[in-house]
Amino acid sequence: MKYMLLIYHDEQGWNTITEAERQQIYLEYRNLRGELESRGQFLSGSELQPITTATTVRVRDGKELVTDGPFAETHEQLGGYFLIEAKDLDEATSIASRIPSARTGTIEVRPLVEQAAEATA
Amino acid sequence: MLEGASDTLEQVFREEYGRIIATLIRHSGSFDLAEEALHEAFVAAASSWERDGPPRNPGAWLTTVAQRKLLDAYRRDKTRADKQSEIEYETARLQPFAEPASLEETVEYPDDRLRLIFTCCHPSLSRDAQVALTLRTLGGLTTTEIAHAFLRPETTLAQRLVRAKQKIRLARIPYEIPALERLQDRLAAVQAVIYLIFNEGYAASAGESLVRNDLSAEAIRVGRVLCQLLPTETENIGLLALMLLQDSRRKARVNDRGELITLEEQDRSLWDRAEIEEGVRLVETALSLGRVGKYQLQAAIAAVHCEAATAADTDWRQIVALYRELLRLSSSPVVALNHAAAVAMAEGCERGLELIEDAGAGGKLDEYYLFHAARADLLRRLGRLDEAHGAYERALALSTNRVEQNYIRRRLAETKSGPNRSKSSR
Repeated sequence: MKYMLLIYHDEQGWNTITEAERQQIYLEYRNLRGELESRGQFLSGSELQPITTATTVRVRDGKELVTDGPFAETHEQLGGYFLIEAKDLDEATSIASRIPSARTGTIEVRPLVEQAAEATA
Repeated sequence: MLEGASDTLEQVFREEYGRIIATLIRHSGSFDLAEEALHEAFVAAASSWERDGPPRNPGAWLTTVAQRKLLDAYRRDKTRADKQSEIEYETARLQPFAEPASLEETVEYPDDRLRLIFTCCHPSLSRDAQVALTLRTLGGLTTTEIAHAFLRPETTLAQRLVRAKQKIRLARIPYEIPALERLQDRLAAVQAVIYLIFNEGYAASAGESLVRNDLSAEAIRVGRVLCQLLPTETENIGLLALMLLQDSRRKARVNDRGELITLEEQDRSLWDRAEIEEGVRLVETALSLGRVGKYQLQAAIAAVHCEAATAADTDWRQIVALYRELLRLSSSPVVALNHAAAVAMAEGCERGLELIEDAGAGGKLDEYYLFHAARADLLRRLGRLDEAHGAYERALALSTNRVEQNYIRRRLAETKSGPNRSKSSR
């Protein structure tokens, strides 16, 4: 079963910590990723560029609307994701709890729609 | 025979529903399919038992028939989908239970109900959903019954159950006994759900008591199951003891007019001796095992009350000591207020009032009914009736329970200024 782990964190906080602290967190990320890869549970994942680089696209009445943003009034922004394979929700949440940003931010765990379920939906 | 059959069916439904559904869910991997199959089995039982008399082992009979219904449903679905290979796969998978040798010989898996309890109380479900699912699947209550008991619209409750079951399926919430490292956390959630169900029933006012008392009985039943399944967990025993001891006072705590009777004013001859004996025995067993917890301590406090022949005989010093331990273990405003009230009894109202004012310092309990009610009671006992009256007024404004409101109104009348004002009795 595939789960998307969406990593929300406080971008400002991330920018105010020291370079050494940042490198330590990156190291933890690489270790976790390596461990998941060795068990075949890592499907993909990446850090995202800051929210200031985000662009929103909407199509209304056939017309494409491209704008800056979105800038929601929340203090946490989507900063990255892991796409993983896990046997059930408990395994997915234990992996999520080991993501370094879980200590300061929030990890949203979302199951993917499986192909078979999609066909019968 | 006819009467006997339907009585048996009713009884089996109450006692066996959770056990059977738990096994069916494990076989089918689906709450909905399991419910459907069990429903069909009960329908089949209604006519078959009436005709032939109830079977020797009704639970096994129902399980076997429900498993056949489950298999039928699978075959129908797979045929409709025209996926031959999958039929074979599913049929093979279902073989072990497909054709039991006889209707009396179904193997029981004691772990199934435990799996079910943990799944229903999984932390990824909201507390409301946990409660509804537990009552629906483990207790076999209908959606209508649960909706009535919680005073919620039936559609809201039905929707909540559908969403919870959908989440279990789509997010794949495991149907498992949690791994050892998270067992204690998960068990605490299960205990909290059971106690919440109990209190929903216990706090009910007289007008609503008929439906809602069932909730307390149901919680006690599930609490017993939990004790059977995990007998070495002392807090399971503590929780069951606590519920029994509180329940033992049910008849005495509200009078004919639906008014709340405080512990000290209760007619102790109305207390249920059987429940008290069992509760006291359980709490002693739990405490002797040496792993104390908040339910055991609360049960021990309730036991001290229950063992006092009259209110004046209450061993308040022991209760204060138990509350102090409880404060250390799991501090909460309710515990702090109860501790203060016990201190008032053991050491005098002035000292109790001081502790209550401390607990509410900075206004953090201002929106809390019990804070004002407890404070008002002590002020009344100290003869500071004007202040007591004001505090009762605050309590009344914050209370949402009719029984509590009636109690406060009675106290308001007693503390009203004027020539007929009654003197404080204590």
